[in-house]
Order: sequence, then C-alpha cells, then structure tokens
Amino acid sequence: MSTELLAALTVFVLAILCGFAVISKVPATLHTPLMSGANSIHGIVLVGSMVIAASATDPLSQILSFVAVAFATMNVVGGYVVTDRMLQMFKRKPAAPKADAAAGEAPKA
Amino acid sequence: MDALEAIVRLAWLVGAAGFVIGLMQMNSPATARNGNLLSAGGMAIAIGGTAVLLAARGEAGLTAWIIIVAGIALGGGLGLYTARTVKMTAMPQLVSLFNAVGGGAAALIAIDDYIRLASAQTFAPGSAIPLEVSIPTVLDVVIGSITFTGSLIASGKLMGLIPGKPIRVPGGQLVTVAIAAITAIAAVYLWLGNVSVPILFVIIAASLIFGVTMVLPIGGADMPVVISLLNSFTGTAVAMAGFVIGNDVLIIAGALVGASGAILTKLMADAMNRSVINIMVGGFGGGEGTVSAGGPEGGSVRSLGVDDAAIQLAYAQNVIIVPGYGLAVAQAQHAVRELAEQLESRGVNVSYAIHPVAGRMPGHMNVLLAEANVPYPQLREMDDINPEFERADVALVVGANDVTNPAARRAGTPVSGMPILDVDHAKSIIVIKRSMGRGYAGIDNELYVNPKTGMLFADAKQGLADLVAAVKAL
Repeated sequence: MSTELLAALTVFVLAILCGFAVISKVPATLHTPLMSGANSIHGIVLVGSMVIAASATDPLSQILSFVAVAFATMNVVGGYVVTDRMLQMFKRKPAAPKADAAAGEAPKA
Repeated sequence: MDALEAIVRLAWLVGAAGFVIGLMQMNSPATARNGNLLSAGGMAIAIGGTAVLLAARGEAGLTAWIIIVAGIALGGGLGLYTARTVKMTAMPQLVSLFNAVGGGAAALIAIDDYIRLASAQTFAPGSAIPLEVSIPTVLDVVIGSITFTGSLIASGKLMGLIPGKPIRVPGGQLVTVAIAAITAIAAVYLWLGNVSVPILFVIIAASLIFGVTMVLPIGGADMPVVISLLNSFTGTAVAMAGFVIGNDVLIIAGALVGASGAILTKLMADAMNRSVINIMVGGFGGGEGTVSAGGPEGGSVRSLGVDDAAIQLAYAQNVIIVPGYGLAVAQAQHAVRELAEQLESRGVNVSYAIHPVAGRMPGHMNVLLAEANVPYPQLREMDDINPEFERADVALVVGANDVTNPAARRAGTPVSGMPILDVDHAKSIIVIKRSMGRGYAGIDNELYVNPKTGMLFADAKQGLADLVAAVKAL
C-alpha cells in the first residue's frame, strides 16, 4: 500500500466521521435545505471533471469530459441556487401580523 | 510540489473547510443561509484554484479549454435556469435531478480514466492496473451509474412522468439479482488484474439497469427516502472518483455527503417507522393485500359543512393546523396562511403542528409554509406541540392522514410505533380531505370515526378558500 493511498484513506475515514458529527445535530425542519445543500457539495466533482478535460486528447475522452463538466456544473450551480432560495424563506419576519400582511405581496390572485 | 501546486492545494483545503463549516451553520435557521453561502464560496475557491492550476501548467490545449468553458456555460445555464424557475412544491424532483447529473459526472471520470489506462496498457503489456486504482474505479462506476438512472426515475415519479405507484415486473426480483450477480462477477474479473474495456461497459450497463429496477418498484411516498439514499450514494461515488484521480478535495467532500446522506436517510425512514431495507425491497404499501387496522371499525363518519366549520374555527381560542402531504400536492400553502390570518384578526391563536415527514421530504412543509410567509415561530415541531393539543379548541387537519392515526399507539398495525401528532386530544377536530381514501399505509384512519371529528370533504386548496370566505362572512 502506497503512502498516497494511506493518506487518502485517512482523509476519507476522517471526513466520513466529520460528516456524521456535523449532520446529526441538524433539526428536522432544516432537513430539506440540508439535503439540497449536501447535494450541491458533491458538485465538487466539477474539479475532477476539469482535470480530466484538461488532459483529454482523443475524441472519446473529449466527449466524456465535456458531458462530465456540464453535468457537474449543473449540480453545483443549480444546487446552491435552489438551496439559497429555500433558505431565503426562513428569514424571520420582524413585525406584527399587520405589518407582515402589508409586506407580504398578494401571491397570485 | 512547486509553489503554485501548494497554493492550489491550500485553496482546495479552504474549500473543504468551507463545506464542513457551512454544513455546521445549517444547524440553525438563523445561520443556515450564511452556511450555504460559505459552502458556495468554498466551492468557488476550489474550482477557481483548479482553473488557475490547469492554466499555469499549460497542459490544457485550446480544445480542452473550449470543452471546459462550454461545459460550464451549458451546465451552469441549465442549472441556474431550472433552480430559479422551479416551484417550491416541485423542488424535491429538481434536487433528485441535480443528484443524477452529479452521480453521472462521477461515473464518467472513472470511465474516462479507465479507458485511458487500458489503451496505455497496450503499449506496456504485462503490467496490470493496480488494485488501488481498479477497486475505486469499479465502485465509482457502479455507484455513479446506479445513482444516475435511479435519481432520474425518482425524479420522474415525483414529476408524474412515471406512475408514482410501485411498478412490479413479473420476476423483477430475479432480474435484479441476476444483474447484481453479473456486476459482481465482472468486478472481480477486473480486480484480478484483467484489463478489459468491454467488461467495464458490461458493468456500466448492468449498473444503469440496476438503478432503474431498484427504484421502479418503490412507491412515490417513499421517494424522499430514496432520493436521500441516492444523494448519499453520489457522495460516495465522488469520493471514489477522488481516489481514482488522486484528489483529496473530492474525497473529503464526497465522504462528507456520503455520511450526511446516510444519516438523513435513516432519520427520514425512522420518522416513517420504516427501515431503509424495507423500503428498498418494496415492503408494504405496495397495494397488494390491505392490512386491517384491527381497531374499532365501522364507526360512523360525520360530515361537516363549510359554514359550520368556519363558525367552529372563528369562535375558538386556540387552533392548531396540521398540514400534510395533501396540502403540498394541492399547493394550498398560501390558502392556509390566508385562513390563519383571518382567524388571527379575530383574536384566535393559531399555530402549525409540523410532523417530521409532513410534505414530501422532512422539513419540506416548513419550506412551503415559509414561502407563503407564515411566521417561522408559528411552526411547531411534533414533540413541542403534542402536549398542547389538549388545550386546542379545534385541530384543523389539512391533507394529513397516517401521521394523525391513533392506531399507531397500538401494536400490530402497519403504522404501529410511528410517531404521530396527538390530534385526537383536541377538543374538536376538522379534517379537510377529498374522500375517505386511505393514506399511504393502506389502513383506515381511526381519527375519522372519532365522535369529535367532522369531515369537510373538499380539495385542500378549495376547502381552505371556502373556509376563508365563510369566516370573512361571519
């Protein structure tokens, strides 16, 4: 077993434990945003897609890496934007019900 | 390692730290949005650093840069457009779609890497691809491919493109087992040191089919758990891709998501009183053979008119609204907010009892109600509000079924042990429901035959709109 593999395995295991520790504290109300947020994080696969695209020389490799880059970017951009849209709604409304009703635009007649 | 590579690796480390801290901040509604932005910032740094590294090394030719830029423009545009325009009720299927493409990208990395290694192999016969490459490669391809088709099917079911009810092909289990066996044999063949691209394609094809046959037999109501599980799969596939190309940031982020998805999946399944294995095997709720609740049956159902219901609500002191799946489907979140405001203007205390799995995903109901501008403090979690049902004059159940069934407190029913909202403790109960149809568990809800219960038969949205009008007219 090479040193690199051992280092990678160490990082892998510690990251898993870290994920368990961080996630188990999230309240149920935030589970959907959390799922979506975690979903955007695995968009990091874009980094890998860019690396293989950079060294792609034959047409097959070029096609595969193009699709991989497009897929991964969709994952990253879409994931973060939709998560932000969800979380935007959790903003605490400051005032009394009346001010609230005035502020809340009449949603679609 | 030159200075530049060291800096880029540090940028990846900063990105990974951003993901961890971002997830931690998503613990509380107050900091959640910051957490997501922090995570997005980490992502931007990691991707920007990668671009700088590729540019400085000069490995990437013009074609490669065109591929990268065009791919980012296409994927980014699609992602931005769909994420901006999706309705909040349709959000779970979009998350599933993003998950599918993420898994697909992870699989493509390993496929590309393997094909390159295999073609290089022809020039150096006799040297096998080492296990430390072939194991993560096969795992990445298998998990990524399963996630790709599985998430597409899950998304299709939630969109209604594919029937939500469980689809069973005769002998489907056999097919699944056969496909799994083929995949396992092919994997072992490659791990033994054989280099074969056709065998890799056998694995890809088998895994893609496996994703379809795995999700098709699962009912629409279980989709949240499935999406969460597949989300965890994608994380694992991305971590494997990290092993394949030797990139730490992929390993860290992938493992984080793999762990978070696993926890979330278990929490969701627990809240529905189901085991993940039961769901994946198809368990109950397949519509074959309805289980009797074995409780007091044949009680009479009292139907309630809109005006009577409006009077009960308007003259109550404390009203607890119990929104459920039916409200999400009917997109009635704005209507329910309107009713609550009407009642509040008459001095009624209104709060919402949110079951952990109300809606289509845990926490989905909070998102929907928040979108409709319901003040966050009015949303109460199950354990918090259950003791208060006794003091509630009216509990208004909108489109929730199994999570209110008192049969869950007895042993021996399909819902036994499932945590429920103590709706039956309220002084009176109004249920808005389209028909006496059964919930997902396929059993009668004993709440409906409770003498305190009045049934208002209507679509959730229409029923609430009628109630608003009736309360206004009082």
